[in-house]
Amino acid sequence: MKLFPMPFHSLLLFVVWLLLNNSISAGHIVLATFFAITIPWLVTGMRDEHPKILKPWLAIRYVLMVMKDILTANVEVALLIVGPVKKLKPGFVAIPIDVDSDLGITILASTVSLTPGTVSAEVSKDRAWLYVHSLHLENEAELIESVKQRYERPIKEIFGC
Amino acid sequence: MPFYLEIIICVSLLTGGAFLLIGSYGLVRLPDIYMRLHSPTKASTLGITGVLVASMIFQSHLKGFLSIQELLITLFLLITAPVAANMIAKTALHFRTKPIDKTQGQELMETIRDRKSTKPPHTPR
Amino acid sequence: MLSYTIIIVAICICIALILNLWRLLQGPTASDRILALDTMYINAIALILLYGIHVKSALYFEAAVLIAMLGFVSTAALCKYLLRGDIIE
Repeated sequence: MKLFPMPFHSLLLFVVWLLLNNSISAGHIVLATFFAITIPWLVTGMRDEHPKILKPWLAIRYVLMVMKDILTANVEVALLIVGPVKKLKPGFVAIPIDVDSDLGITILASTVSLTPGTVSAEVSKDRAWLYVHSLHLENEAELIESVKQRYERPIKEIFGC
Repeated sequence: MPFYLEIIICVSLLTGGAFLLIGSYGLVRLPDIYMRLHSPTKASTLGITGVLVASMIFQSHLKGFLSIQELLITLFLLITAPVAANMIAKTALHFRTKPIDKTQGQELMETIRDRKSTKPPHTPR
Repeated sequence: MLSYTIIIVAICICIALILNLWRLLQGPTASDRILALDTMYINAIALILLYGIHVKSALYFEAAVLIAMLGFVSTAALCKYLLRGDIIE
């Protein structure tokens, strides 16, 4: 049996325990290490297989890019909300997606919800379409293209699928 | 407390408060449920981040060491906000809530509700 | 200056909470009410953290974490109940 069956989750548990207690004293580090080893060891049999992160640096760059997009998108949406309601053109859009792992689709849908003026509503059962609602839809093809180029391509590269 | 810290805390608190207010204002103002979904998921998330950053700086100054535990709430809300929005959208679609008339792509709604695949309205690449 | 800012931001958040309450009572469908509750708990976290800054105490962080977690779980449970008529299938 491996000591760290889920290395990323172990690290996450370690950091979250220290953050919750807001201290780096020796006692808490020992306790955090204990949790980081035992909890993954207990739950590793219960989980589904996830694709591995192939390009960690690209993943970090992706997270930073999304953070920046969240900031700009928030300001945009705030301006849309305060501006005239009559000028808004809401609409449903179907976006064809190529990512086929559960984790990839979840990350893509969450990113789409948080970033431009869109909220993801549903994924079709055959995982080929992501349905989103857009607050201000001017050019459908442009929106689809930007989601595919800006968010889907890095996710596909990160998970290699 | 040094003056520059006070300025930073005040600015981020005011930004946070303004965004929270805008998010709730959008909740009241926008005409249908699908549009209302946008304001709390986006504006309120940024608003709470502003307040949390202010709290983080203030507590760090108070304790004399870097206290970044508030980032935990920010991270948690950033992960859960889109999931909650997605579930509320699903619920609204499940009850066949009508969007306002000028919504484009209304013919998609039944397809979305049944999670079916659709034909592309434009030519696929 | 900080004390005045705290009062201004507290007023902002209270107005936001009143607007949420209006949507909660008014909301034509159940999904509107869930959305209003969801926004309400986010505003409540902000208000509690603000109070923590006001009284210069770090204790309120724990309350904020609890509200964040329970708020998300309750939103998910309410939606699940409306979608499938059951919370755990």
